[in-house]
Amino acid sequence: MLKFLLFRLIYAVPIVLGVSIVCFSLVHIAPGSPLQSVLPPDASPEAAALIAHAYGFDQPLPMQYLLWLLHVLQGDLGLSIASHRPVAQEVLGSLSNTLLLAEFAVPLAVLLGCGLGAAAGSSAGTSLDRVLTGIAVTGISLPSYWLAIIMVMLFSTELMLLPVTGMGSAGSTDFHVWRWADARYLILPVVSLSLIPIGIIARTTRAAVAEIRRMDFVLTLRAKGLGEIAILRHVLKNALPPILAVIGLQFGYLVGGSILVETIFTWPGTGSLLGKAIINRDIPTVQGAMLVLSVVFVITNLLIDLLQSAIDPRIRRG
Amino acid sequence: MPRSSNSLPAVFAAIMACWLAAMPAAAQGVLTVAMTAGDLPTDTGIPDQGFEGLRFVGWTLYDALVEWDLSRGNAVSDLKPGLATDWHIDPADPRRWIFSLRHGVRFHDGCAFTADDVLWNFARFNDPASPQFYPPQYAAARQYFVNYDGIEKIDDFTIAIRTKQVESLFPYAMSYVPLIGRCRAQALHYDWTAYADAPSGTGPYRFLRMVPHERMEFTANKDYWDPDRVPRQDRLVLLPMPEPATRVAALLAGQVNFIEAPPPDAVEVLKRRGVHVVSNDYPHSWVYTLNFTKGPFADLRIRQAANYAIDRAQFVALLHGLATEEYAQIPPTLPYYGHPRRYDYDPAKAKALLTEAGCSPCVLHLAMSTSGSGQMQPLPMNELLKSQLDAVGFQVDFQVMDWNALIQILRGGVGKYPDLDGWNGARALMDPANAIIKPVGREFWSPFGMNWGHYSSAEAEELIRRIDGEFDPDKRLILLTRLNELESEDATSLFVVHDMEPRAFSAKVEGYVEAQSWFQDLTRIRIAP
Repeated sequence: MLKFLLFRLIYAVPIVLGVSIVCFSLVHIAPGSPLQSVLPPDASPEAAALIAHAYGFDQPLPMQYLLWLLHVLQGDLGLSIASHRPVAQEVLGSLSNTLLLAEFAVPLAVLLGCGLGAAAGSSAGTSLDRVLTGIAVTGISLPSYWLAIIMVMLFSTELMLLPVTGMGSAGSTDFHVWRWADARYLILPVVSLSLIPIGIIARTTRAAVAEIRRMDFVLTLRAKGLGEIAILRHVLKNALPPILAVIGLQFGYLVGGSILVETIFTWPGTGSLLGKAIINRDIPTVQGAMLVLSVVFVITNLLIDLLQSAIDPRIRRG
Repeated sequence: MPRSSNSLPAVFAAIMACWLAAMPAAAQGVLTVAMTAGDLPTDTGIPDQGFEGLRFVGWTLYDALVEWDLSRGNAVSDLKPGLATDWHIDPADPRRWIFSLRHGVRFHDGCAFTADDVLWNFARFNDPASPQFYPPQYAAARQYFVNYDGIEKIDDFTIAIRTKQVESLFPYAMSYVPLIGRCRAQALHYDWTAYADAPSGTGPYRFLRMVPHERMEFTANKDYWDPDRVPRQDRLVLLPMPEPATRVAALLAGQVNFIEAPPPDAVEVLKRRGVHVVSNDYPHSWVYTLNFTKGPFADLRIRQAANYAIDRAQFVALLHGLATEEYAQIPPTLPYYGHPRRYDYDPAKAKALLTEAGCSPCVLHLAMSTSGSGQMQPLPMNELLKSQLDAVGFQVDFQVMDWNALIQILRGGVGKYPDLDGWNGARALMDPANAIIKPVGREFWSPFGMNWGHYSSAEAEELIRRIDGEFDPDKRLILLTRLNELESEDATSLFVVHDMEPRAFSAKVEGYVEAQSWFQDLTRIRIAP
């Protein structure tokens, strides 16, 4: 197991590096200039040169990347061009806000997704299966930003039950999840964000459960006189590895943040931060955020791999 | 709708009502503004986020030497004394402006405002050798210091500013430059990140707190030097809210009480819910900037044909009346409008001009953005424009891009994008230089200025030279008027509409006067209990 863990950790390093190179290159290939947000459109070439030097954009691209990497290894992600604040502070702050959403959206998606999927898979081919599969497909198909707007119209502007926007009445620095006045700000973004993962997890669970229920060992269990609940327990255990893989991917999706949902609710998370950084061509923030997110994504998948191999040793041997 | 007392919704609503009742009541006298900006404007001097940044952060925390009179809604705003009580040109040198500074002004940190503060601020904007030099502010200030040549202190309350060229309109440039607190910056050893969390100015509001990217809060500066502008609210809260539907929902839900730019199709809904919606003329223009060096628009007849092809009433209808038809670079409310040539919708005339010019089909390669500062609703508006131009014989080919990419085109100029016939963008027409001089002056040819398409006219050059040297406002007004009329005759842009700057606020918001300006005065607003 330790050897497996070590191998996976070593594999993660080139993945993170690769992601950082791709992100760095893509940002520079995109039209627009990183100096856009700080220079007026009619700035003189002298002014542009002075600012480019101040931000290090006068260096060749490979040199810029290497210098950035050198600073990253020392824990310095640079300064945001747009806000002039340390990128590390910006990214970690927004990541913690998005993780808060994920803390609620992931369990909600797992519980509902697995529940719907297990129920559908256990009754494959029946009307119940068709209804539940229909719900799952609807979940996948509905754009989350559309649902977000509809929920805002219903719960905020019509019923006036929930707040529309922001993270607490005084902002994220004063947000306490166990205080209802703050927690109510979580409800609409969490529901909007969890919709797609619910659908995907439900579909995966349904497929895995339906497939395993057709296996011989289930027939044997039934012949031995086990009840349906006990059989489902066995089925779910065998269906778990692919479901876990999907949950891991969905967690990554949620941690990456949904730019649209976070923009609609003005939730100060990673999606919102990345969206602004991309629009402003704030290269240090884009690079820093992508690096941190890719590390989180790799770690999440590593943990899922370990969990899968703990549940099913055949994976480890493979 | 009546419901049985034991129904699930009723129980749910009762629980929610208990929770809501348990929440603390909102403080009295708090003006909470939802801005269109995607982020909080920076507060270390000249803010980012365009004029919205100056409107909400620049002119709340700080003052400039020269300010804008925002007290009236029935006339276009113009300059008034700010930290300078008066200014005049040195009779012995038309490139030396003398500014008399206001006595008795204090920064929020308690330090007195003197000439040394102005010199210190100008070094921060212009002198890389000074310890207070700050590259982002150097960059932001460039457009206002194009003609700046130096500053000197005459005494503690008098300064002289030298310009490179004679420029009678120079005080306008000083009206965009907020001055920050020297004592606070020095106390923080020029750590501008720390300063951003504790800025100090002379403005009508004091900084209270900021949660980066989320909210900025100010309290009223009860000791503000202008008693007429001491804020009538206890607190001002700014929230960035770029999504229009979210701003509307936040206002309807009572989460904010003042929003910028409600979408036109939401105005009726807002009014039905008791929300006040105001709008006014202001110096804004939604135009196409044209290529005069190459392609169809190098021919005056084709520029005029395009202007005759536009049915501006349809644009106003599309925007639910929140725009006015545009026939010149500036709206008729500006004093130098004059009697410009009027391009009323006349498709027959447009077709005849195209035929005369021999351009058929007249292919246009135009650039437009999907959104952006002041761009109104670029997608439906440009679809309408295309349909109208195509109907008379043009064949419009759009290059659609994001705002940042469009600004690259703007910055590169016609020299870098010679095959582009024009691009769509809003213009801020606050002062005559930005409104009608820079878009046509040869001195401002791109890539060093705003004359993107390299328009050139001997008469325009002569007028600009005379305007720069004319210090009598009445005589200068005559020259400016002629320049505006000339630009319409030469169809220097594709004139479409002027925005009307809609804003919406709760019925509890009282005393707001919508000035005819990109800037607004929030200090007069009272919040009814």
